[in-house]
Amino acid sequence: MDTLTYFKKRFEQLGNANGNGLSAIRRNAFDAFSKMGVPTSRHEEWKYTRISSLFNKEYEIPGETVESGISPADLDGIRLPGYGEANELFFVNGIYSPELSVVRSPELQVQNLEKAAAGEHAAWIKAQLGHSATYLKDGINALNTAFAHGGAFLKVKKGSITEHPVYIYNITDARGRNMLSQPRSLIHVTENAQVSIVETYASFGKEESFSNQVMEVVMERDAMLEYYKIQNDESRTGQVSTTHIRQSGKSHVHAVTVTLGGKMVRNNLNIVMEEQHSEAHMYGFYFPEGDAHVDNHTIVDNVAPNCYSNELYKGVMKENSTGVFNGKIFVRQQAQKTNAYQSNKNILLSPDATINTKPQLEIFADDVKCSHGCTVGKLDEEGLFYLRSRGVPESIARSLLLHGFALDVLEQIRPEHIRTYVDRLISERLELL
Amino acid sequence: MIKIKNLHAGIEGKQILNGIDLDIRPGEVHAIMGPNGSGKSTLASVLAGREDYEVTKGSVEFLGRDLLELKPEERAGEGLFLAFQYPVEIPGLSTINFIKTAVNEVRKYKGQEPLDAVAFLKLMNEKMALMNMDKTLLSRSLNEGFSGGEKKRNEIFQMAMLQPKLAILDETDSGLDIDAIRIVANGVNKLKSSDNAILVVTHYQRLLDYIVPDFVHVLYNGRIVKSGSKELALELEEKGYDFIKNENPTINEPAWTR
Ligand SMILES: Nc1ncnc2c1ncn2[C@@H]1O[C@H](COP(=O)(O)OP(=O)(O)OP(=O)(O)O)[C@@H](O)[C@H]1O
Ligand SMILES: [Mg+2]
Repeated sequence: MDTLTYFKKRFEQLGNANGNGLSAIRRNAFDAFSKMGVPTSRHEEWKYTRISSLFNKEYEIPGETVESGISPADLDGIRLPGYGEANELFFVNGIYSPELSVVRSPELQVQNLEKAAAGEHAAWIKAQLGHSATYLKDGINALNTAFAHGGAFLKVKKGSITEHPVYIYNITDARGRNMLSQPRSLIHVTENAQVSIVETYASFGKEESFSNQVMEVVMERDAMLEYYKIQNDESRTGQVSTTHIRQSGKSHVHAVTVTLGGKMVRNNLNIVMEEQHSEAHMYGFYFPEGDAHVDNHTIVDNVAPNCYSNELYKGVMKENSTGVFNGKIFVRQQAQKTNAYQSNKNILLSPDATINTKPQLEIFADDVKCSHGCTVGKLDEEGLFYLRSRGVPESIARSLLLHGFALDVLEQIRPEHIRTYVDRLISERLELL
Repeated sequence: MIKIKNLHAGIEGKQILNGIDLDIRPGEVHAIMGPNGSGKSTLASVLAGREDYEVTKGSVEFLGRDLLELKPEERAGEGLFLAFQYPVEIPGLSTINFIKTAVNEVRKYKGQEPLDAVAFLKLMNEKMALMNMDKTLLSRSLNEGFSGGEKKRNEIFQMAMLQPKLAILDETDSGLDIDAIRIVANGVNKLKSSDNAILVVTHYQRLLDYIVPDFVHVLYNGRIVKSGSKELALELEEKGYDFIKNENPTINEPAWTR
């Protein structure tokens, strides 16, 4: 059975897996997927990132959770430090598992997305779900929506501060079969509410593991979101991970994306500034090795005036890995007094490593401050000699310089547990530990 | 301690050092002076092991070993230290982490155990006090945003921490006010003993008032064209380099044209 036929069969089987709250949205999305297919390099936004060949294989798309296959020991192996104090949400093969998850904060409401869309939140969810598709016009985004039956709906209570961070684990269980997991979430951060979300990814098993994730966040006035995406999955795995954030007035986003693992990783981070005085800080550090490929596509869309965004992405490409950075900044005609800054800095550690970096500014307002810059270079030879001349062996000196290069992004991870954890992962890769 | 014989070196096909001979014994202080571009920093870099310079002829023996065979970090391990004319800024590496790594790597090279935290802190506090260094510099990125004076003091602080056998100071005095010069010189003099040596590169007598040299050499066009006692420095200060240039008019031309 070819992939499309299988997807179609599964879609018909899972059409209303959790009630019919999303049936129209899901069917539209499946039709869109059928037309567009998995994006190929002919698609403008997928020029350097080729995932279509990964879909030549047969994947399973699960209908419900298969947490029975996941043992407590499996979970212990992937838990993030500080989990005892965190809300822990588990998606297994793309299906949110209430059984495995622990919700500690009374301010946080979590339920199955499709069920929520059939209940009291029906109108709101139907209005919001799929907003990312207006920015990401590709089949892979549509495919996720088509199979959103196992998604989760999160709502953070008005005016509340969620003291416990929300850890989201996206697990793909590829033991004994190829697995396509498609986690979907819709998060409503209501007026003046604050929440911190940490996402991570883990695959089990030796078969093909592909995760196609979409998270959509809607922030009301004065809401604050800290968002950390920590990608350190097995080096065989494929992943497309979209985070799409709509901001209302005076809302504040602080996002850090760290990519250390995975063979083929594509991240989309979209920030849509819809009302005045929204503020977003976006940081990224990517450090692929071997033949890994990491692609960060970001969009900041200034719809309303007086918004501020600042973006710093840094990458180190080792061996014959490749990196892609594409940073779009749109400033619409009415979005006067926009401040939007972007910087992308790269170090290539080997002649076989590659980076494609492209800032893309489209500015239609005349009274704005925008800047962008990108650099691609080697490790600083002067610095290397300086450290070596003090007795530090070359390999350690290199690692110290690279760690230093990553540090200003690393420091943006505010929760100490997570910062220390990520620092350890980076230091391990640099053989500093 | 160090025996430099007929050292020729250059970069990208450009010959800079044209036969340097210099012999420094334990307990001695040598000063090298010379006009801009004469090769002083090149000599210092070649001795410290900078790889972009190519040694084309000659030899350097350091404490009985062939220095030119050693990597920069091995030279540091053997006890060579270069205070840079332009200390390099290292973003994201704190001064304290760097010092700790350097001290312990040099100890490791010598086959010594790493310093424990208490011993390290004690040593560090002592040397910080000696150099009159602001403690807040320790947690900042190495040299990043340091003032010129802070950078230079940090170099001598590192030297004090590493206690080298041969310290080469490349214009450590330039850009320093007189108080800072006194502090730097004091730090250097504290290190001085009968079994280590110092090579000072400078343009000015004022540093040599504090770090008194046993020998002064004048480098011109990649060669030592004159050597003498500390009085030579005073003479240079008074007359400038012109008399050296006049004495050596054709030295930068190939030998066969002379
Ligand atoms: N990396 C390099 N590439 C090309 N030329 C160089 C390089 N380094 C030094 N030189 C040249 O070699 C010559 C000697 O330079 P060097 O820095 O050793 O002089 P110096 O005596 O230390 O001068 P100053 O008193 O100005 O510090 C100069 O002509 C300089 O331009
Ligand atoms: Mg110089």
